[in-house]
Formats: sequence, C-alpha cells, structure tokens
Amino acid sequence: MNTYIPAEFEVVRNAGLCTVCRACERQCSNGVHSYDKERGTMVADATKCVNCHRCVCICPTHALKIVRSGDVYRTNSNWSAQTMNEIFRQANSGGVLLSSMGNPNDLPVYFDRILVNASQVTNPPIDPLREPMETVVYLGKKDVVIERDEHGRLIDNLPPQLRLNTPIMFSAMSYGSISYNAHEALARAAEELGILYNTGEGGLHKDFYKYGKNTIVQVASGRFGVHEDYLRAAAAIEIKMGQGAKPGIGGHLPGAKISEDVSRTRMIPQGVDAISPAPHHDIYSIEDLRQLIYSVKEATDYKKPVIVKVAAVHNVAAVASGIARSGADIIAIDGFRGGTGAAPTRIRDNVGIPVELALAQVDERLRREGIRDAVSIVVGGSVRSSADVVKAVALGADACYIGTAALLALGCHLCRSCYTGKCNWGIATQRPDLVKRLNPDIGYKRLVNLVTAWNHEIQEMMGGMGINSIEALRGNRLMLRGVGLNETELRILGIHHAGESM
Amino acid sequence: MIIDADRDMHFSRLNAEVRNTADERVTINGCLGQRYIATGSSGKTITVNGTPGNALGAYLNGSTVIVNGNAQDATGDTMNGGTIVIHGNSGDATGYAMRGGKIYISGNTGYRAGIHIKAYKELHPVIVVGGRAGSFLGEYQAGGIIVVLGQNDDGLPIINNFCGTGMHGGVIYLRCDKLPHAIPDQVRAEDVRGDECEELCSIIDDFCGFFPEFDRDKLVSANFKKLTPDTDNPYKQLYTDN
Repeated sequence: MNTYIPAEFEVVRNAGLCTVCRACERQCSNGVHSYDKERGTMVADATKCVNCHRCVCICPTHALKIVRSGDVYRTNSNWSAQTMNEIFRQANSGGVLLSSMGNPNDLPVYFDRILVNASQVTNPPIDPLREPMETVVYLGKKDVVIERDEHGRLIDNLPPQLRLNTPIMFSAMSYGSISYNAHEALARAAEELGILYNTGEGGLHKDFYKYGKNTIVQVASGRFGVHEDYLRAAAAIEIKMGQGAKPGIGGHLPGAKISEDVSRTRMIPQGVDAISPAPHHDIYSIEDLRQLIYSVKEATDYKKPVIVKVAAVHNVAAVASGIARSGADIIAIDGFRGGTGAAPTRIRDNVGIPVELALAQVDERLRREGIRDAVSIVVGGSVRSSADVVKAVALGADACYIGTAALLALGCHLCRSCYTGKCNWGIATQRPDLVKRLNPDIGYKRLVNLVTAWNHEIQEMMGGMGINSIEALRGNRLMLRGVGLNETELRILGIHHAGESM
Repeated sequence: MIIDADRDMHFSRLNAEVRNTADERVTINGCLGQRYIATGSSGKTITVNGTPGNALGAYLNGSTVIVNGNAQDATGDTMNGGTIVIHGNSGDATGYAMRGGKIYISGNTGYRAGIHIKAYKELHPVIVVGGRAGSFLGEYQAGGIIVVLGQNDDGLPIINNFCGTGMHGGVIYLRCDKLPHAIPDQVRAEDVRGDECEELCSIIDDFCGFFPEFDRDKLVSANFKKLTPDTDNPYKQLYTDN
C-alpha cells in the first residue's frame, strides 16, 4: 500500500484565454500538460507539477496560474501537512528524504531584524551620483610588517590579493549540479563585473579557462578535476571543508548525471557515481589543513590566495580562529540557509546556524585575538539583496557570496527540485534540450544587471551613512541596530537595539 | 642540480630551487622532513636522499621522484601523472585521490593508502606496496589498481581493518591465500594466480625493475585475492524526493 499524497499545487487554466498552442506541453519536462484530443482542450496532471512557473511565464496569452491545491488535512499545529507527507513518503519508500536549495523553514532571518543608520544634519550624507564612492575591495592577508628599502620606499611584501569591483562574488556551484550555459553566464558576468565566480567541485571546463582571472577553483574531498593546470588557471583556490546547506556531510553525484562533458570536466568515467566523502581524509586538525593549504600554495608558486570554506556551525568562531592561523588567505562562511543541488532534508533543515550570527562571532573573535588582518572574510547563505550585503559588511564581512540570487537572475523560480535533473529553466540540468533554454548571452547580461543594480544600492546606502568607502563600513557595527531582538541575540551580533543611541 | 638540504633549510626555499632550476635531474641530499617536494612537478627526475616530509609529489604531473629513505604522509596526493619510487616505507594516505601515475613502495604503507584513487580515460593510477598496508586500504576507491605484496617480515597481516570500505571502482590485489580481515558486503573477492594474470605480472615486472632485491618469479607464483566492487550489490542509499 502506498499512501496517496495529494498534489500540492493546482494548475488553473483560463479556458477563455487558452489558444491550445501547446507551448506549456512542450515546455514542461515534468509532463504536467497534455492535449486532450477528444475535448480539443489542454489538460493538466497537477500531481507532477513542481511549481517552477515555466509554463506560466511562457504562456503567450497568460492563461495559466499555479495555486495551492487547497486540499487539506485536519488542522493540527503540531503535525503540519508537510510533516505528515514526509512520513507518508518514507513509509512508502524507506528512503532518505532528499531536498534542494536552501532551508525554506520559518526560522529567524537576522538580516531582516537589523536596520541601517543614516546621517542627519551632522556628518552629512554623500550623494553617490556626485561624489566618488569606493566599493572596490581586496581580499587576502594583510598582516604583513611594513618594510622599506634603503631609499625609504615601501617594499611590496603583500601576499596575493583578489580585487573585486564590488564586494560580491558568485558562490560555488559545480558543473554537473548546474549546466554548461549557467556556468558560461556566471563566468562572463564575473569578467564583465570585475568580480569572481566559483567552479565548485566539478572541475573547470576547458572552454572556461579563458575566464581564469575571474575564476575561483575548488578543491574538495573528492578532488574531482583537480590537477596542476586547473590550480594554475584560477585567480584563487578554495578548499571546501563544508557547505551551509549540508554541514558535515559529503556529496554524491549519481552516475546518471555524469554526462560525457561532465565526465571530462571532473576527470572521472562517464556514468560512474562521483562520491565526495564528508571529510577530507588527510585533514583531522588545523595542522593538517595547513598542510593542504601549503601544498596548493607550493603548486601555484605562492601566487594565488587560498580560501577555506566552512559551514556556519556552533563553534565556527573557534574553527575560524584556527583557519586564520593555518595560512589561509580568506575564510568563507556559509550559513544554514545556503542552497544546494541536493541534500538530505533533515540535514538541510536542522544543521548549522544563521550566517549573521556566525559572521558576527567570527569577526569578533578574530579581532579579539588580534588576527583579523590575517584573513579576509566572505559570507554566503543566504545573501538576498544589496541591503543584506551592506549589513554583512557592517557586521565584519569583506565580501559576500551569492548563489541562489544569481540563479534567480538566470530564471530559477525556487521550485526546489534541482535533484530531479529536469530543471525547466535550463539551470540545474544536463539534458541538452533543457540546457539550451538558458541563453548565456541573455543570462550573463541579467547577472550583470543584478550586480550592477546592487552596487548602486550599496553606494546609496553607504552615502546615506556618510561613508564613501566600503572599507570604512567593514565591521562598523555602530551603523546597525537590531529590532525585536533579545539581549542574547544583540550581544552575539554586537549591536544595540533600535532606539538606543551609542 | 644537487641541493644539500639540512634541518635549517625551509621547505619553501628548497622547493623554489627545485621548481626554478632548468636542470632535468635534481638530487636532494640530507633531506630532513621538508614538505611538498616536487609538488605539481613535471619533466624532472628528482632523487631524494633522506626523509622527505608530508605531501611529497602532491599534484605530481609527470616527474619521477626517487626516495632513498622513508616517505611521510600524503605522498602523491591528487597526483595526475609521473612515478614515485620509495626505497623504504610510506606513511598514511599515500596516493590520496590520485588520478594517474604510479607509486612503488618497497616497504610498508600506513593507514588509508590509495584512498579515493580514481581512473580517467588513459589515466590508470597504480600503487604497489612491497610489504603490508594499514587499515582503510583503498577506501572509497573509484578506479586504478592497488597491489600489496606482503613481503614484510614483521609477521603482521597484509592488510588491516576496513579494506575497501566505500570502494566503487578499480581493483585491489593482495598476495595472500586468505583474507586476514573481513571486507565489506559491497566488495567481491576472487582468487587469482599471480602468473596467470597479465595485468598483475606486468605491474610486478615494473616493480621489480625498481627494486631488484625482490624475486619476480617468487612474487608472481602465488595466490592473490582480487578485490573489486560487487556490481550486483551496489551502494544505493535510496533517496525519496521531498
């Protein structure tokens, strides 16, 4: 016996508007829409609908909408329909629940409880349209002793730095989890914007070596696609220790998703499972991490910054302190809201902590220990707007990673079905007929639009605060006030409550 | 080029000298724990007299490295091509995630040797251990060949616990009549005669080419256990779409 789980959505078609052009049928990889010959109309099987909105967007007469099905179980505040359905699914199959994208649950979003300051009367605001407003940041170690030659000139002994025109980068998403066209769009946008994108643990496609100076390559536990040329091609190398969506567990790309091209890029056989173990099997301590960092630095002649990415977890501040002493140039912290192509639901929804709290604690800890300059801090998971970027910088971040926001710019509608590999928007799929729906010429422009717009907004907000350089905003928590937060939360964030003056 | 290392020579200086020389042949004398020797190296033959430190030949890309002494941990980490010959023992995680090239060890190897080694197209990594291997040999193995010859004289078994855990590709050959430890359900063991297995003979020929102290005929005229992933019993954690 399989318990029937009612459809979550209902496909509503306005018969007066529908011209039976069948575009919805052609566009839906889930097979929701079909043509009923006898009646001469379109019909829909809503049980297959994931609510990706592809048909809604594509319908030339706007005859479609997707609504909640309205089918309800008896009201129960303890047993939600979602919880009940999960039990039915597991009783039906015996399987581990698998989900995609970030934690969707109703947990506090601290960015939304933080408000930004503005100047009034004294220290007047600055108009970014009229005056220069610096958003360039350099990521890397800056804790060097100033040395001068015999003529008193500065000796450049600064370790390698990454230059970003705006404190935003595209976070790690592998080729395999997302499509070739999505990668091309990210790479080209990063180049045009003067920022960086990140290959994830999927290798670097040969076509994208030319974007090397805007590329971060990742070294993770499976070491897929990692070799000499790959390390040398990039502007920076990221050692992935953890991911916000699934802290403490590894990855598993099923053989079915390893197409010929993905196989070439990851340097693994086609059709064979690609398993990334949860730990790096040579890292059991900060000293071991240091060893991997220096092996990468040796392989690249100390010319590239090394990023260590960890998930935001309970003791992240102590971990970050260790990383800052391990030789890493940049620490990336990924919050529990971060997205993923696939993660066990229980891990995604129950493991990790909000990135705002993690960031505040890491920045505080590194400052207290006098090693904040030893590393730059990058945060992600989830940064949803320019306001989140501004707040993150004021909490102590040097820059932010955006992943989900970038995918939204490419057409993603957060249906959270990436693991099916049938993404109707051509993003989280390797099916050629679906991939070609994402036009990289358009996609990259949309990414450029998004980040350019955010950069304007960042400048506006900085100007309002009377700050004309992003460097002066970093860790400037006096610019932030909490609203509706308790004393513990305020203490952890290191900010006052709204209404309290300094 | 000959480099006389000593305990005061920092690895970064030593490795810069190895990296920057135009000489194809490099000899390092008196090596004492310097890490990352020959990292990412190609087109060179590097002889190390002494004891190199961790991550010897990481990302090695075609060079030959000969160690007259013992090697430490993470030798040949993520190596892509080339040869590492160790006249002695090697430490833990030897050949971690290697994709190509060959590692020959005359003595024993530590824990987690050949962990997550993989093959790709014409790249088929090979690790040959003259003595015995520690626990977790070939864990997560995805491809390539691991051979353990069991010529250690300390009386300890040829492998230790958890050999082949998570193995999903490749082959492990163990020169023994009987497995001293259980292997996972997902790994199959079959008996092969050394001299009847062409692949094994050719690997042992290569091995003995580097280590003449081993008797090739004796090595091959023995029973081997051949471990491969059991395709009838794959790892399939069943997932349920949610």
